[in-house]
Amino acid sequence: MPKFFNSKSKQLEGDIDGFLDRVTTAGLIFQEGVKAYVIGKKDKFERNFKDITALESDADNIRRDIKHKLYTYMLIPESRGDVLGLLETLDDIVDICEKVLEQFSIESPDIPEFLKSDFIELAELSSKTVEEVVKAARAFFREIGMVSNYVNKVHFYEHEADDVEEHLKRNAFNSDKIKRFSHKVHMRYFAEKIAAVSDVAESVAERLSVYAIKRRI
Amino acid sequence: MLTIIFFLSSGLFLGWSLGANDAANIFGTAVGTKMIKFKTAALICSMFIILGAVVSGAGASHTLGELGAVNQLAGAFIVALAAAVTVMWMTKAGLPVSTSQAIVGAIIGWNFFSQTATSMSSLSKIVGTWIFSPILSALFAFLFFHITKRIVERSRIHLMRLDSYTRIGLLVVGAFGSYSLGANNIGNVMGVFINSSPFKDITLEGLFYLSSIQQLFLLGGIAIAFGVFTYSKKVMMTVGSGIFKLSPVTALIVVLASSITLFLFASQGLHNLLTSLNLPAFPLVPVSSSQAVVGSVMGISLAKGGRNINYKKLSQISMGWIATPLASAILAYVALFFMQNVFMQSVFKL
Repeated sequence: MPKFFNSKSKQLEGDIDGFLDRVTTAGLIFQEGVKAYVIGKKDKFERNFKDITALESDADNIRRDIKHKLYTYMLIPESRGDVLGLLETLDDIVDICEKVLEQFSIESPDIPEFLKSDFIELAELSSKTVEEVVKAARAFFREIGMVSNYVNKVHFYEHEADDVEEHLKRNAFNSDKIKRFSHKVHMRYFAEKIAAVSDVAESVAERLSVYAIKRRI
Repeated sequence: MLTIIFFLSSGLFLGWSLGANDAANIFGTAVGTKMIKFKTAALICSMFIILGAVVSGAGASHTLGELGAVNQLAGAFIVALAAAVTVMWMTKAGLPVSTSQAIVGAIIGWNFFSQTATSMSSLSKIVGTWIFSPILSALFAFLFFHITKRIVERSRIHLMRLDSYTRIGLLVVGAFGSYSLGANNIGNVMGVFINSSPFKDITLEGLFYLSSIQQLFLLGGIAIAFGVFTYSKKVMMTVGSGIFKLSPVTALIVVLASSITLFLFASQGLHNLLTSLNLPAFPLVPVSSSQAVVGSVMGISLAKGGRNINYKKLSQISMGWIATPLASAILAYVALFFMQNVFMQSVFKL
């Protein structure tokens, strides 16, 4: 019986780690994708977009598999709801990363030179929030005391991302370099989309803080 | 034979109610939180209760015998019945009732009725143990809580693996708890019948020996097991999701702390070992598993900084030390009077 329990647990540990790896990778591909688009490396951007699409469906499958196993083998009955909730919201991050790159691919926004650095910085900060929230999630599974440390970092980077987003939007609307109003709105739209990644990461972090309190012995 | 079965029935009923109520103290949270299936819990619980009762039940029963040697079967029937009715009545009133306290009260009732002197040294030993056992459980739980917390935090063990270790722990500790419960509490169920036991010792080719007392305990153990299978699920579901909301890990600590307490007050082996080493030994006394559990939960509350201490429950326990034996003694006295004068049965031998 112990072997049975352990083998299932080990399998699930591996699945969960694999899922979290994919979320981190999604954040990095997202950052690289936005950067590639902004600096005009269209081929690299399309490669990134293709990669993140594959990754998104892969992450979905792993999450479904974990859910199935948790219910079939009746594991972690006390924290099952929390764990599944956590994985679902983490999956939302991967989804939104993929969606943003898709919007870039479909709408091909024209990014003026003076906004490029802001877009790149915003993508970097959003990606950073993803990285930290995944660390917080790993801590939730292994080292509950460290969760709040990573959650704080998520809050910090999200706040920074908000500042850059606001700065970018003000620049776009105050500048004479963008003539058409629709173009300004288009810039605002993409700034908000990129920043949305950090917002979702922050809401996952909020959940994690509560789950961590519940999981304390 | 029919008379014997009839007179033993009150003890068997007491056993049934003990199984129905006390199995939940051991497997309640594990089953209530779906960490262990009820069938698995019931099977392990029953097996180990019977084992504990037959192998190690004599020690605590002996102390009850010192308190009052009920020497007629009809008297023993009434004593067990009075205890069973008291337990039922207190359970209905929602109090953390103890079979041990009920049976002690009933024995004292019999002592009064038969005008046998109650051994004050035995009584003070028993009452002292009742007060001491929840405190000891609380101490164990307090200690185990800190140790477990440190181990879990330092080992960086994954939630999934912690879950599987907790399940195994709940099964192993549950088996130990059941054994201790059987050993410690069988005296409550069958102890009063020892002096009037209708059984003869059984020996099989020198390989197998079962004394008349062990046969009584086996029967009592089976009655407890029957209580576990037929009625404890309901109580377990209440314990698991109601009165004490424990996580599986804290449940493991609570059961371990309570089981050790029960074991210490039941193990003759340990008693003999400590005595042979000239160390103070734990008295072998039937204690309340429910109150040991309440003590453990309090210990955990204290370890968490003293929040959520249920003072109402504590006062109910203290009240129980007096109210349960008193009610049971009066009931036994009155019932013995009726048995003797209305049903014309001899309830004691001079």
